[in-house]
Amino acid sequence: MSLELVATILGGLTIGSALMVVISKHPVRSVLFLVLTFFLISSNYILMNAQFLAIVNIIVYAGAIMVLFLFVLMLLNLSKDNEPKSPFYIKIAAVTAGGTLLTVLIAALKDGIMVGTVSKVDGSSTGLVQNLGHELFTTYVLPFEISSVLFIAAMVGAVLLAKREKQLID
Amino acid sequence: MVLASIFESGVSIQFYIVLSTILFAIGAIGVLVRRNMIILLMCIELMLNAVNLLLVAFSTYFGKADGQLFVFFIMVVAAAEATVGLSILVMAYRNIRTTDVSIFNKQKG
Repeated sequence: MSLELVATILGGLTIGSALMVVISKHPVRSVLFLVLTFFLISSNYILMNAQFLAIVNIIVYAGAIMVLFLFVLMLLNLSKDNEPKSPFYIKIAAVTAGGTLLTVLIAALKDGIMVGTVSKVDGSSTGLVQNLGHELFTTYVLPFEISSVLFIAAMVGAVLLAKREKQLID
Repeated sequence: MVLASIFESGVSIQFYIVLSTILFAIGAIGVLVRRNMIILLMCIELMLNAVNLLLVAFSTYFGKADGQLFVFFIMVVAAAEATVGLSILVMAYRNIRTTDVSIFNKQKG
């Protein structure tokens, strides 16, 4: 069993579940397929020996953000019946535009100078916690501290936006 | 120990370029096709993850940790973005009782 076969199977599953996010009519099913997509992307990270990011991807995306989406879906009580539908010509136009974007990007990147393989046998320690933590707290310590300010801003903003205004209740 | 060392060969960088480009295009198509605001936010998360995948692939390819730290910061920003976006969505739903984005066409002024 070669690594390429495993990567191809995982990549195909990732593309399939990402397509199901867009295709499926029920919003809860979309969220669950997105969780599956995030798990498959994490498995791709593990194949590339990026172990820290694989775990963080599962904890942050599949654990925190997707649970937030599910909570909002259940709060809003959406169902298949009141799901808004696009007209057919918009779907055709969107798929054409997306397909053109895909073609142009692949055509531009296909003939790049990059050749070679991603994960080697010697298994570099780039993606391990020790190496990443050292880089994070030496070279990138300023962006790390600034991101805490971003989190406080997001938290205050979310509370402020979600708070009910007085006039609406009266 | 290292899971990738079980296997003999590596995966070519072109494979990850094509995979993440396809994921990005699926996210873009989703933003254009769907009209539910929650699905739009989810498709934006999908596009962010496609970029993350390519960054990790190149970081491993060059053997530098900078790309993976960029992915870490992208995750931070995505968490903040999802929080604020969902709270805007809840507020909009309270006022207009729907999550259809085309309703915002009427807000001209």
